[in-house]
Amino acid sequence: MSDIALRVRRHRGLGFGLVAWLAGIVFFLPIAWMALTSFHSEADAAANPPSFGASLTLDGYREFFGSGGGASPWPALINSTVASLVSTLCVLLLALPAAYALSIRRVRKWTDVLFFFLSTKMLPVVAGLLPIYLFAKNTGMLDNIWLLVVLYTSMNLPIAVWMMQSFLAEVPVAVIEAAQIDGARLPTILARVVAPIALPGIAATALICFIFSWNELLFARVLTGVVAETAPVFLTGFITSQGLFLAKVCAASLVISLPVLAAGFAAQDKLVQGLSLGAVK
Amino acid sequence: MTATTPCAATPARATRRPPARLRAWATRAPLLPALVFMIVVTQLPFVATLVISFFDWNALYPKARHFTGLDNYRQVLTDADLRHSVWTTVLLTVTVVLVSLVLGLALALLLNHRFRGRGVVRTLLIAPFLVVPVAAALLWKHVLYNPEYGLLNGLLHYVGGPQPDWISRMPLLAVEASLVWQWTPFMMLILLAGLQSRDPEQIEAARVDGANDWQVFRHLTLPHLRRYLELGALLGSIYIVQNFDAVFTITSGGLGTANLPYTVYQSFYQAHENGLASAAGVLVVIGSIVIATFALRVVSSLFREEASRA
Repeated sequence: MSDIALRVRRHRGLGFGLVAWLAGIVFFLPIAWMALTSFHSEADAAANPPSFGASLTLDGYREFFGSGGGASPWPALINSTVASLVSTLCVLLLALPAAYALSIRRVRKWTDVLFFFLSTKMLPVVAGLLPIYLFAKNTGMLDNIWLLVVLYTSMNLPIAVWMMQSFLAEVPVAVIEAAQIDGARLPTILARVVAPIALPGIAATALICFIFSWNELLFARVLTGVVAETAPVFLTGFITSQGLFLAKVCAASLVISLPVLAAGFAAQDKLVQGLSLGAVK
Repeated sequence: MTATTPCAATPARATRRPPARLRAWATRAPLLPALVFMIVVTQLPFVATLVISFFDWNALYPKARHFTGLDNYRQVLTDADLRHSVWTTVLLTVTVVLVSLVLGLALALLLNHRFRGRGVVRTLLIAPFLVVPVAAALLWKHVLYNPEYGLLNGLLHYVGGPQPDWISRMPLLAVEASLVWQWTPFMMLILLAGLQSRDPEQIEAARVDGANDWQVFRHLTLPHLRRYLELGALLGSIYIVQNFDAVFTITSGGLGTANLPYTVYQSFYQAHENGLASAAGVLVVIGSIVIATFALRVVSSLFREEASRA
């Protein structure tokens, strides 16, 4: 009896696995097709019915990187890199001490402060977009990558504060107290006790902030032009069809998504915690 | 009280006694830069938006700027296009959140089983969420939907099906489908975390008592998942209410798909109507506050639960 039940259950497990694999493939199919198309010639890419087995070429990538006389994506890629990396660094510099004051050595009413940070995240971007645009226009900050750095820092700071306070809160108070009794001073405690425990969490926070900055379009679209244009803004140049350009679009989308895919897979385990602002572990 | 004070504190107090107020500020100090930064960069612009929303102000005619009270709001709420964009925002948000929540739940339930290659499937499923939103929208617009060389019509070609122009036939649905594809993984991740935080002993006990799969799901899993479902729905709503990328890329706000963020963008960036744009922006904020109030409640209840468990 129990043998049959076990076999039934194993059988059903197989069925679940099969359906799960199918779902995974269906969800991944557009990306796989995008990757395959990016290696096809433009003529093969535009074939209908689709040409799965067409010969592979790097022409789409060459075209994207400007060999055909189009605009080079390098300035946009560099702008995005600067905006994402510098804003992530600023976020860490501001969020780490704040998280410390909200987890290890807590200020009074620390939960209220946490929820204030969270509430700013719920203020939509369009709520402040116009005044920021007018401010930038009047101070000559339009089309300036450093303005995006400031805005991306504010966009990600609440997420970072929430995530890091939950990581720092995992550091046992007893260990810190023990170190204090042993005469360790604050910098030593931070470096020797807090950092080793909190470091993986801090790394995941940084990766998530990087992803959000890299992806951002609305601020970048409104506040930048030719000089400070970011990678997503560069991509919007492909919105209207331009003859045979499918392989190029696929190559561009893939190259620009690559840093996010890499960062996302690296932060996979902490992704949920970051996206749910630390509410789910 | 003095009796319980550990002796370690006594010599410190004897040598130097920082006033309580100074100590409180020392505790607060690490927090202040982040707090001040957030107030300056997010709250001040919103206050400015609020003020501008009471002015009739077209950037092309700056001299004609004057105070109009609630007139902009009256216009936003009576203008057919703007009213339509309010409706579009609601429809888009509700559809995308509900569909991706249901799909995400199904996928999370599947992934909660043990099978060969589970890690790989998980990675495949997360991938859509990790494509840059503009790139994802371009992918759907050109590579999948295109009536002549898109993959959808290409596959239909094999079975001799029709060759519709997806985006002009069903513009809002086209935008929604691409967003559902991107947001289902998000819901799946949150719900999977919820499933894995269930108490295995409780389920085992129910099974011993003769509960079948459906009963376990209906009476144990679903009530436990309720808060995770709420959290997914609310966070999803907050992000999708603000969606700009997909609408901008796939339809450029045409064919009745302009949502409020797109309308705000358009009314000041293209039509230079600063006052109207601000009023529409304030309306988005009011909508968000309604969602956010619930969101904050859910987050704080989960947060307390986690805190009490720790």
